[in-house]
Amino acid sequence: MSDIILDVQNLSMHYETLEGNVLAVKDVTFNVKSGESFGLVGESGCGKTSVAMTLLQLQPENSVISEGSIKLDGKELIGLSENELRKVRWDSISIVFQGAMNAWNPVIKIGEQIREALREHYPENSKQTNIDKINQLFKMVGLDESTANRFPHELSGGMKQRAVIALALSCDPKIIIADEPTTALDVVIQDQILNEIKKVQELLGLSLIYISHDIAVIAEMTDKIAVMYAGSIVEIGPTSEVFNSPKHSYTKALLDSTPSIKGEKKKLKSLDGEPPSLINKIEGCSFAPRCPNRNISCKPERDMKLIEVGHDHFVDSCSLGENYE
Amino acid sequence: MSKNLIEVRNLAKHFEISNSFFTGKKKIIKAVDEVSFNIKAGESLGLVGQSGCGKTTTARSLCLLEPKTSGSVNFFNPEKNIMESIDAIDEDGMRVFRRNMQMIFQDPYESLNPRWTIKDIIKEPLDIHNIGSLGEREEAIVEILRTVGLTPPENYLQRYPHEISGGQRQRVSIARTLIMKPKFVICDEPTSMLDVSIRISIMDLMLNLAKELDVSYLYITHDLAVARYMCNRIAVMFNGKLVEIAETEELLNNPIHPYTKRLISSIPIPDPGYKRERYEVNFDELDKIISSNPNEKMVDIGNEHLVATHDTKDFFIET
Repeated sequence: MSDIILDVQNLSMHYETLEGNVLAVKDVTFNVKSGESFGLVGESGCGKTSVAMTLLQLQPENSVISEGSIKLDGKELIGLSENELRKVRWDSISIVFQGAMNAWNPVIKIGEQIREALREHYPENSKQTNIDKINQLFKMVGLDESTANRFPHELSGGMKQRAVIALALSCDPKIIIADEPTTALDVVIQDQILNEIKKVQELLGLSLIYISHDIAVIAEMTDKIAVMYAGSIVEIGPTSEVFNSPKHSYTKALLDSTPSIKGEKKKLKSLDGEPPSLINKIEGCSFAPRCPNRNISCKPERDMKLIEVGHDHFVDSCSLGENYE
Repeated sequence: MSKNLIEVRNLAKHFEISNSFFTGKKKIIKAVDEVSFNIKAGESLGLVGQSGCGKTTTARSLCLLEPKTSGSVNFFNPEKNIMESIDAIDEDGMRVFRRNMQMIFQDPYESLNPRWTIKDIIKEPLDIHNIGSLGEREEAIVEILRTVGLTPPENYLQRYPHEISGGQRQRVSIARTLIMKPKFVICDEPTSMLDVSIRISIMDLMLNLAKELDVSYLYITHDLAVARYMCNRIAVMFNGKLVEIAETEELLNNPIHPYTKRLISSIPIPDPGYKRERYEVNFDELDKIISSNPNEKMVDIGNEHLVATHDTKDFFIET
C-alpha cells in the first residue's frame, strides 16, 4: 500500500479545568496513508473533535498535550512555533468544521474570505490568479461562480458547507479533516455533500479524516475506521472488516444500535448507562460499567491495550478474553 | 380494523410575510397545504421530509398550538365515544382534547424549565387539569418515573434538569407527557439530539409504552431509518404537501413518487459493502410541477398506498 502521510503515535491530551483534568485523548495511535479515507467514530464527548483539533494544534489554551507525536509527512508538528504551524495548516492539512453556518464571517463576502487564505499562503499570486483559482474550486464543489460575491447569509446551509469545502481545498492540502461536516444538514443535502467530498477526494488524491457519530455515513465514506470510547481507540481496522466482524463489545453495540432502511427489520439493542465522565483518570477498562459481555474472565482493572487480530485490525485486548494476557 | 383516532382533512397553514415595510405588499407562504391523513388508534404514523417542508407546522396546527388557516381536524373523544371536530368543541371538550393530545419536543435541554425540580415539571399537567388529590399526584409521579426507567424515582424527584443527562431529560419529557395518559402523542424528532447508544433506549421505551398504554404517535423525523423502526405507516412531505403515504415496508420497497425515491436513495446504509443507487430529482422542477397543479389528488394504488398525482408525463400515475 502507499506511503504513510500522517502518523500519530501515543497521543494523549487533557484539558485543565477547575474541577480537575479532563483526559480527552488517551494514548491514541493511528496513521493515514496518502489517498486513504480514515473514519473516526464515537459518541459525543468521546474525544473525536479533540483529536482533530490536536492534529491541527488548534486546541484551546487550557489543553495540554502530555505525550505523543504527530508526524505529517515525516515532520513533527508538536512543539512547532505558531509561525511554523501557520505554514503547515491549510498548506498540508486543512479542516472542514462541523457547523458551516459558524465557519464564515458574516460581514465579509465568501470570495474575499477564501482570497484571504490564498493571500496568506501564496503572497506572490496576482489577484486574477486567485480569482481564477476560486472559480475553479467552486466548480469542483458544484457552486456557481457568482457565489464568491455573496455574503454567507445569502447562501443555504448546503451551499455554505460546499463553500467551506472549497475553502479547505484552496491551498491544495494533502489531508482534509472533515469534522461532522453534515450533521447540521438535511438527509438529501447530506447525500449531496458526501458525494462532493468523495468526488473531490478521488479527483485530487487527497487523504481524508472523516469524523462522525453516524456509523452509516462512516461505512460509506471510509476505507479504515477507528472506534473511540472515552478518549481511547477501542478498535481500529479496515472498514469492511470492522463492520463484518466487529471484535470489541462497544463496536458491536454501536452497530447493533444503528437502524437501517435496508435488510431485515431487526430489533435494535441499546446500551445501558452513559459514557463516563473524563475528569480524573479512569483506572482500567473505561467501558466495563456498560459492557454487555462483562464476565468473570474479564479483568476490568486491566488498562486498555490494542492487540492485532487481523491485517491492520487492532482491538482492545479486553474483548478477547483470557488468551491475550 | 381499529377506528380512527385523528382525521385530518385538507389542513392548511399559510403565513403572510410582508415583502416591503413601506409598500405593505404581502406574500403568502403555504407552509402546509391541503394535507389529509388519518391515524388509527394504537398506530404510529411517521411524517418525514426535508427540513422546512412543513412537518412541524403540520403538527403545531394539528394540536392548535397555532391557528390553522383552513381544513378540518376531527378527534376521537373517548369520553363521549364520538368523533368531534376540534373547531366545534366547547371548553370542556377542549380540555378533554388537550388531555388526550400531548407533545414531545426535539430539544430536551430547552423544553424543561431549568428552575423547576423534576417533580414540579411532571406534576404541572396534573395540577392544570386538576387530576387526583395531592397524594395521588405524588404517587402517580413516582409510578411514571419508574415506567420511563428513571429508577429509583426518589433519586430524581428533587433534582433539577441540569443535574441529569440528555437521555434522562428526554425521559422526563416523556414522563410529563404520559402522566396524562394521552391517546395521541406528537413526537417532534425526540431522539435527534441524543447519542446513538442512548437513542435506541428512548425509541424502545416509546414503542413499549405505546403498546402498554395504547398510545398513537405522530412521529416527525427526517431520518427514514428511524421512521422505519418506530412507525407502522409513513407519510412523505414535500414543500408543504403530502406526496406519498403507505405502510412502512411498502413505502420503502415500492416508492412511487420521485421525491420519495430521492429521499430513500439519500439514506446512508451502515454496510460498507452496499452500494446505494443514486436517484436524482430536480427539486425546483418538481416544486414547479406541484405548485402548478392545484387540483392534485392522492390516488390509492392498492394496499392503502396513496400517491400524489401530478399532470406530467415524467411521473404520471394512472388513476
